[in-house]
Amino acid sequence: MPTLKTGGRFKSAVCAGEIMVVTASGDDVELTCGGAPMVEPGTETAADATVHPDHAVGIAMGKRYITEDESLEVLCVKAGDGALAVNGQLLLQKDTKQLPKTD
Amino acid sequence: MNVMMLLEMASGAFPDRPAFTDGERGVTYTYSQLFEAARHRAGSIRANGASRMAKLDVSNLGTPLGLFSSAWAGVPYVPLNYRLTDDEIQALLKRVTPAYLVTSADRVDALGGLDDVHAIATDSFLDAGQHPVAVEGDWAMDPDEIAVLLFTSGTTGEPKAAVLRHKHLVSYILSSVEFASAPEDDASLVCVPPYHIAGIAAIMSSVYSGRHVIQLPNFSAERWIELVREHKVTTAFVVPTMLARIVETLEAAGASDAGMPHLNSLAYGGGKMPLSVIEKAMTLFPDTDFSNAYGLTETSSTICVLGPDAHRDAVGSTTEAGRRRLVSVGQALPGVEIEIRDDEGRVLGAGERGEIYVRGEQVSGEYEGKGSVVDAQGWFPTRDAGSLDDEGYLFLEGRADDVIVRGGENLSPGEIEDVLLTHPSVADVAVVGVPDEQWGEAVAAAIVAKVGASIDMQELAELVKIELRSSRVPAHMKQWDELPYNETGKLLRRVVKATFEEQLA
Repeated sequence: MPTLKTGGRFKSAVCAGEIMVVTASGDDVELTCGGAPMVEPGTETAADATVHPDHAVGIAMGKRYITEDESLEVLCVKAGDGALAVNGQLLLQKDTKQLPKTD
Repeated sequence: MNVMMLLEMASGAFPDRPAFTDGERGVTYTYSQLFEAARHRAGSIRANGASRMAKLDVSNLGTPLGLFSSAWAGVPYVPLNYRLTDDEIQALLKRVTPAYLVTSADRVDALGGLDDVHAIATDSFLDAGQHPVAVEGDWAMDPDEIAVLLFTSGTTGEPKAAVLRHKHLVSYILSSVEFASAPEDDASLVCVPPYHIAGIAAIMSSVYSGRHVIQLPNFSAERWIELVREHKVTTAFVVPTMLARIVETLEAAGASDAGMPHLNSLAYGGGKMPLSVIEKAMTLFPDTDFSNAYGLTETSSTICVLGPDAHRDAVGSTTEAGRRRLVSVGQALPGVEIEIRDDEGRVLGAGERGEIYVRGEQVSGEYEGKGSVVDAQGWFPTRDAGSLDDEGYLFLEGRADDVIVRGGENLSPGEIEDVLLTHPSVADVAVVGVPDEQWGEAVAAAIVAKVGASIDMQELAELVKIELRSSRVPAHMKQWDELPYNETGKLLRRVVKATFEEQLA
C-alpha cells in the first residue's frame, strides 16, 4: 500500500471500514483492516472478501486508533467489522478525555 | 484532512438530525441536507473560478454552508465583519480577490461592482434552484491547504489575516470533541459573530458532536432568553458583556432563578469576566455547568478551559487563592502546552507575570503575507500577558503591549485594575499608560461607579498604595459612565488611552 501520510484516507478491502491518518512517522508500514491491506478510496475490492476471524473486533466511527508506540494514529471515518493492525499487531483504541463544552 | 470530513461523518451517522436552525427565519438544515447543499455550492464556487469565498452577513444557514462548501471546493473561507465601515470592508475585500462573495441583498450591487468580486445575495446562495451543478469528486485531503482566512479584530492597527489550515482546525476538533457525543435532543445557541474564531469553532464542534445549532444573528439579552426557552437549549457560549446583559435582564424582571433548567452548560470567553457577573450568573443558573474558555484566532479557538468543577470549587473555597481561581481561564487542553516568558525569552516560574506562549497541533500563528511568527520549537507568542499558578491555572493580565513603563519599571494594568475592582464602589475600571514628561509614562485609570455609589478618588489611591506600592497609584483618575468594549467584549484600551491623552494635552 502507499506510504501513510497525515490526512491520507484509506478503506478496508474486506469490510465497510474507512480511516484517515492523523499522525504517521513516515516509515513504510502496512496497515491492515480485517487482516487485509487497506486500499485507497475508489479501489475495486472483491465482493466475496471476508474479515479474518482474528481481526474482527471492528472499528467505530469517530474513534481513534494507535499503535503501541503511538507512531501511527488513525481516525475511523466509517465503521466496519474488521480490526486495524500493523505488522499483525492490533491497534489500540485511544481514549478521548471528555472536556467541558466550550463552543 | 479536511473540515468537510467532519460534516461527512456527521451526515453519515445521523443524516436526519437537525444541524442548523436560523433562529430568526425559522429555517433548518438537517445534516444530510447541509452535506448535499455543500456539494452543490462547491460546484458553483468552482465554476466561478474564485480563489476565495467571502461571506459578509449576519449568522444564517449560509454561514455553515459557506465554511463547508469552500472546504469542498478547495478555496479559503473568509468571513468578514459586517460592522466595519464601507471603506474598511472594501479594503479587506480587495485583499482576498478573486472572491466569490455572499452578502446581504443591499450590498450586492456596490460590492459586486468591485474588480474580481462576484457578489450574490445570501438568499440566492441558499436557493437550491440556483445551484444545480454538484462539484465533481471529493475534497482534497492535503492537511496544509488553507481552510479559513480570518481577519483579527485589530484593536490596534490594520487587521491581519490569520491563516488557519485544515490540519489546525481538524486537530482542534479531534482533540477536544468526542464524535457523536451529543444526545439527540441537545441544542446549542450560537450568538457569537460568524467572523469570529468562536463562531467558526462552534460550527465545527457542534457538527462533530451531533448537536443542533440555533443561530441568533443579532444578540439581545431578551431574544437570547426567549430562544433558550423556546428551543430548550442545552448549551451556549457567550462573551462577558453578553452574560452581564443576560444577568441584568433577569434581575430587572425580578427573577431569582433564570428558569432554564435544561441549560446544562454555559461557556464564556473572549474577554475578561467581572467576578460579580459570574458570581451572580452562577446563582441565577443553579443547574448550569459554567466553563471559561481562553483562546485566540491564531490558535484555532480554545487552548485553556476552566471547567464546571473548578468553578464550583472556587466559589465554595474559603481561601483567597481558591476564590481567585474563578477569574483564571483554567488549564491547557490536552495536546496544548503553555509557558510564561519574560522579555528576554526566559521561562518564568509559577506566579510570575510575563508573556503567554503556546504550542500544539492546533496552533497556526501564521498571517497572510507576513508568514509565521512561531519559533523553531513551535511556540507562538500570544502577545497576551499572564501567569500560571502552581497547578497550571492560567491568569490573564491584559495584552503584553499594554504594559506601562514608568521610570523604567514595568507595571501591569491588570494588576492595578484587580486591586481597584475590589473596592465596593467600583463597577468597572481600565488602567492605561499616558505620556509623562518626568516618568516617560504615568498610570491613568478610568473608573465606572456601581449604581448608587460615589467614588472617592483619594480612597482608591490609598487602596492601591497599600495593596501594591506607590509607583502603581494612578496619577490620573477619571470617572466614566461606561467603558468602551468591542462587540466581542474586548476592552478598547486605545480608546481609553486616546481620551486621556486628549484631556491631558
